[in-house]
Amino acid sequence: MTRFITSSLSHFILLIGILIMVVPVWMIFASSTHTSSMINMNGLQIFLGDSFYENYLRVLLYQGGFFKEITALKMFFNSFIMATGVAILSVVTSLMAAYALVYYRIKHATLLFWIIFITILVPLELRIFPTYSVMAELNLVNSYFGLIVPISASAIATLFFRQFYKTIPDELLESAKLDGANTWRFFVDFLIPLSKTMIVAMLIFMFVFGYNQYLWPLLVTTSEQYWTVVMGLKMMSGSIVHRFAFVMMSMVPPILIIIVLQKHFIKGVFQDK
Amino acid sequence: MKKVQFKSSYSQYLFLAPQLGILLIFLYWPIIQTFRDAFTMQDAFGFGATFVWFDNFLFIFDDPAYFIAFKFTIIYSFVITLITGSIGLLLAVQANNVMHGKSTYKTLLIWPYAIAPAVVGVMANYFFSERFGLLYHLFHELWGFNWYESVFDSYIYVIIAGSWKQISANFIFFLAGLQAIQKSVIEASMIDCKNSFRRFWTITFPLLMPTTFFLIIINITYAFFDTFGIIDTTTIGAPSGETRTLVYKAYMDGFRGLDLGSAGAQSIMMMLIVLVITIFQFRYIEGKIHYN
Repeated sequence: MTRFITSSLSHFILLIGILIMVVPVWMIFASSTHTSSMINMNGLQIFLGDSFYENYLRVLLYQGGFFKEITALKMFFNSFIMATGVAILSVVTSLMAAYALVYYRIKHATLLFWIIFITILVPLELRIFPTYSVMAELNLVNSYFGLIVPISASAIATLFFRQFYKTIPDELLESAKLDGANTWRFFVDFLIPLSKTMIVAMLIFMFVFGYNQYLWPLLVTTSEQYWTVVMGLKMMSGSIVHRFAFVMMSMVPPILIIIVLQKHFIKGVFQDK
Repeated sequence: MKKVQFKSSYSQYLFLAPQLGILLIFLYWPIIQTFRDAFTMQDAFGFGATFVWFDNFLFIFDDPAYFIAFKFTIIYSFVITLITGSIGLLLAVQANNVMHGKSTYKTLLIWPYAIAPAVVGVMANYFFSERFGLLYHLFHELWGFNWYESVFDSYIYVIIAGSWKQISANFIFFLAGLQAIQKSVIEASMIDCKNSFRRFWTITFPLLMPTTFFLIIINITYAFFDTFGIIDTTTIGAPSGETRTLVYKAYMDGFRGLDLGSAGAQSIMMMLIVLVITIFQFRYIEGKIHYN
């Protein structure tokens, strides 16, 4: 009996937690399917209206921005390029750097370790203007390269890969050496397949990280052609329901990725079975 | 370190080069420039800069707005850590308790983690707008809520906006921490201690300490840096700069005020704060937790 009561209480508390998460998003979604005059008269809605297609299509294809040069569709394209670029670049470079740190007998290994990991303490927000002026000097303002690379300058994935490599038994390298594998072969044929879960988890993490960037794209894109979704939210004009629709669409890609790939994500980050 | 390794050779640099190259150009070079900015003053037309020692630092210490931002940042990170940590822990304990639907609950609570802070801010905006904001009207009925003028009310606004998605992150990590505790420990404690409430605080919670301290750091970092997008889409610092975080103020001084010297000095102050927190974490806290 007490078992039943405590478990009912647990379900009840969890339900409240879920409502706190779901209700705000649902209300914005429901409101995004109404007309602006409806919202202006009656406020946010709980039930669906019938302007879904009309509102969402208009937002996707509407030419927005100060110079009316960009559509939401293009912003999604830009965000996708940026997030994918950040994910691939940071994961590949981290995978390699962690490999060198763990599997080589390097001189000054401690120094190298600190040069790489101290950077975690200095997020982009702390060096945003100098980073911008470096980009300006290198002529990388208003380019995908400019959006991607400074965000990829992160050692977080390196830290995870390093931890992971250290848990791999020494026997693996011993037997690979007996088979005559050189450093490159060992990396490609043994280590990368073993790190698959971790690689997927880090790709997801960095994709979401890249997609969600706000301040950096705001600073580094003066041309509307390079606007991303998250920063575009503040820049786009339009009536209230179109804003709702844009907000809703902006959160779909990262949420979808986290929900669909959550098993891989959690498995990699927490290294559980 | 590994006992078996490859001999040091030129190929190790090929593996290190991409990351080191990116870090040197896009991280170390800007950091050096931050220091240069912090110790120089640009002339009015931006043609030259003079070395001014610690003048930029003295200016920010003389600036009352800096202390307002400092005070707000401390309160903000403390409250966000407390709220998201305790709600995240509460939900994780419940999710770990239930027999059925564990993974469904996990899925339904994990997704807000993925939403960008700026997007959360834009959403919060709609719930706190004077025109049709539900929470605005609810709180207004209750105690005359008005975040445009009341400092306390603006705090409530940015705290709710800032906490919402971070509950998810705390939930995920606490749940993972709970699941990592060995079944045998819990079963043994069930025999020794019948009271489940006491059992949680004397057995389970101490075992969660590593997770808790990790999350404290995560939440403080979030409140310091990631909330930029939230502040910029909700109060924009209103009323009169009371809800500006240190990062937000530094950005505004550098971008709107074009005062790179001050922005640089403020950045270095923040680096120092982060460094102190990290050292504190390693020195005093890590030493006192028992792993396993």
